[in-house]
Amino acid sequence: MTTATLAPAPSPVTPRPARIGLATTVSQSVTMAYRGLLKVRHTPEQLIDVTFQPIIFTLMFTYLFGGAVSGSVAAYLPLIIPGILAQTVITASVVTGVQLREDMDKGVFDRFRSLPIARIAPLAGALLADTVRYVVATTITFLTGIVMGWRPGGGFGGVVLAGLLVIVCAWALSWIFAYIGVIARSATFVQGVSFMVLFPLTFLSNAFVEVDTLPGWMQAFVNVNPVSHLVSAVRTLANEGLVTADVGWTLLSAAVVVVIFAPIAVRAYLRKA
Amino acid sequence: MNTNAIEAQGLVKIFGDNRAVDGVDLTVRTGTVYGVLGPNGAGKTTTIRMLATLLRPDGGEARVLGYDVVRDAAAVRSLIGVTGQYASVDETLSATENLVVFGRLLGLSSRAARAKAAELLEEFSLTEAAKRPLRDYSGGMRRRLDLAASLIARPPLIFLDEPTTGLDPRTRNQMWDTIRRLVADGSTVLLTTQYLDEADQLADRIAVIDRGKVVAEGTADELKATVGAQSLQVGLAESGDLGTALSLVQQVFGTAGTVAPEGLRITVPVPHAEAVADLLVRFREASVAIDSVSLDKPSLDEVFLTLTGHAADDDTAPAGPASDHTEKVNA
Repeated sequence: MTTATLAPAPSPVTPRPARIGLATTVSQSVTMAYRGLLKVRHTPEQLIDVTFQPIIFTLMFTYLFGGAVSGSVAAYLPLIIPGILAQTVITASVVTGVQLREDMDKGVFDRFRSLPIARIAPLAGALLADTVRYVVATTITFLTGIVMGWRPGGGFGGVVLAGLLVIVCAWALSWIFAYIGVIARSATFVQGVSFMVLFPLTFLSNAFVEVDTLPGWMQAFVNVNPVSHLVSAVRTLANEGLVTADVGWTLLSAAVVVVIFAPIAVRAYLRKA
Repeated sequence: MNTNAIEAQGLVKIFGDNRAVDGVDLTVRTGTVYGVLGPNGAGKTTTIRMLATLLRPDGGEARVLGYDVVRDAAAVRSLIGVTGQYASVDETLSATENLVVFGRLLGLSSRAARAKAAELLEEFSLTEAAKRPLRDYSGGMRRRLDLAASLIARPPLIFLDEPTTGLDPRTRNQMWDTIRRLVADGSTVLLTTQYLDEADQLADRIAVIDRGKVVAEGTADELKATVGAQSLQVGLAESGDLGTALSLVQQVFGTAGTVAPEGLRITVPVPHAEAVADLLVRFREASVAIDSVSLDKPSLDEVFLTLTGHAADDDTAPAGPASDHTEKVNA
């Protein structure tokens, strides 16, 4: 250590006000999101699930089921790309909970908790930083589809709106996983529980097949599954540029999830933090 | 203005059926270093976490610079810096990024946070390693960065939880120098340690804590007086001489010696150096053959034995991670 003297003695004690305003809270959340992005930059392998996975899934499912489901790969693309997109981005939202749990178990979290910052900032920052992951996953899935020959009839605008819709839904769902992350004992548990919920939800939908090929009882579930509404909404937006009732149902479902899970996640988080 | 940085009365924290902290009182004067000394599992970290608003006390109350740690937690947080036992910094980020993030959270502008980070890294000789991720840091570098991060806002009160545990002697000395400079600059420091000599070197006052209770409190000299300034260790050549040797120790020193588990080594506090010569003469007269003789500064073990009647690594003490309590602090 150098022999340089430390800065002058601390100024007379003047604590910051106990209440932290909204502007400060937002700026602290943005700083926490910035921290999340720095982590991604240092450990880019964190992005595997939103980069390579969509490429592999798109290639695999398209060539595997294309002939059987739609008669040809080209005919399957308009059906499968929105399906893969919904599945990939929704699955990516699990990471919010897993990383939150890992973070809360680390020493650095003690420092965040001992700083005079808004208690919610680390949680809000994590959710904010994760939207970047969803953007990456969405872009890569669409690009893979286009490279494989998919020509979305909805044009650039339709595709962008479809992507935004998926990102909003993933963000809404990440509140569920944030909640599980806060209350769970370990990151492995978060991962396990989340996939147990997500696998049936994403596969028992119209993401990969036409609903009318399914047995009746399964159709009943698939038709009410919010993921089906999301996939249908994305299909009509991207392939035809049309805003259908499915968009409304999807946004309504997302809103319901946020209204239920955001408060309980925040409350559980504040109790622990 | 209040001249006490910390006033705690009857702090209690219960984990399950373990009373980790069981009625701790502490008074720390502003501008001093206060040492909390005790073995693993004594309740040191739990006490610091309650004072630093990281844990809610189950009983008692504490005021930090006049603010209640429960009711005015936000005010307390703006006045303290906390350096945890396990470095409270982000492993995946570089040193600069860590300090910039903390600085931004504390309300510095982007430019000011960068300037502050550079200044602190320079101060703690971390400039060269500033861009490397922390994964590649040594334990000492990590601790330095951790302390640097606690100083961004120049808090008037700094908590250091075992700041030198696991550091090599040279790095430990550097850390001590830094802590001394902090105090010279007007900060108040509360540190926990397992090492008597660390408390001795740094702390103006020391509380010895055991099984969640403060068992002794005073200056280093006052504490050492309770165990004798030094202790004598005598290694016997024949275990058959143990009884004779112990009774001679009792006669000459006026206190009972303690016997090491293997039954050949007696440790006893020395009232004054002359008594050692007397004892050795009596051993010779009684034909007690000795294998080794050494004089040691009192170790934490002896402080504990004297103050609590049980050894610091007693099996009945609340379990903590294994550590070498029998290490001679002046070794």
